[in-house]
Amino acid sequence: MNTDNLNTFSMQIASRTDNLEIIRMFVADIAKNLGMTEEAVYEIELAVDEACTNVIKHAYRFDSTQYIDITVQTNSRKLTIIISDRGVGFNPDQLESPELRIKKHARGGLGIALIRKVMDEVTFDIHPGQRNEVRMVKYF
Amino acid sequence: MNGFEVTRRDHQEISTLFIKGHLDAHTYPRFETELQKLIDEKRYKIIVDFRDLSYISSAGLGVFMGFIETVRDHSGDIKLCTMPPKVFKVFDLVGFPSLYEILSDDQEALKRFENRPSET
Repeated sequence: MNTDNLNTFSMQIASRTDNLEIIRMFVADIAKNLGMTEEAVYEIELAVDEACTNVIKHAYRFDSTQYIDITVQTNSRKLTIIISDRGVGFNPDQLESPELRIKKHARGGLGIALIRKVMDEVTFDIHPGQRNEVRMVKYF
Repeated sequence: MNGFEVTRRDHQEISTLFIKGHLDAHTYPRFETELQKLIDEKRYKIIVDFRDLSYISSAGLGVFMGFIETVRDHSGDIKLCTMPPKVFKVFDLVGFPSLYEILSDDQEALKRFENRPSET
């Protein structure tokens, strides 16, 4: 079987905002080791931060007894990040555009838009209360 | 761990907040508190200097959205300066440059408030 140097890293971490920096360091180290540019590393940190912030804030509503699962898969062409939770979920298609949020001077709602702008592929698989998953891919 | 720090310098009616470290969903309340203090003191001419900020997420961007209307309603503004390129990119991705003036450094931002001509 050709695994194309597939490598997998995973982390399960409490759903707390003070863990965001640890989560960013986790994915940044993996991206740096792959030789990704500083800009690409920043974009990956940002995408993971935004996805985990959504879980902490919306899926688990700041319940720090819950956990976030983060899996990073790498091969010679791409880095894939899967973030999953068992919280309340959301409908990614009902989000307003960042342009509209800015026009309204609205405080939130920019996270998913940022993820879509900095990652090459983003997919959501939402099953509220069971398993919600965001899968993000960056090619290099 | 980098954390987040904010320090303030007042120059006549203009206040500059120097932000350092990581501005994210954990640290943004500290920045929000400093901005709220300025509003409480009726200081509406605000410069935010980003020279030592190494990371910002949308939670950090949201702080600016939360204050801009109040500040402008009182004939003030929040001007942003000395932004590292990777931080600027996050602002740019969501269209902030159309809403905020982003200047090269704090002296340039001071001049804009004082209506002095730019040297550049």
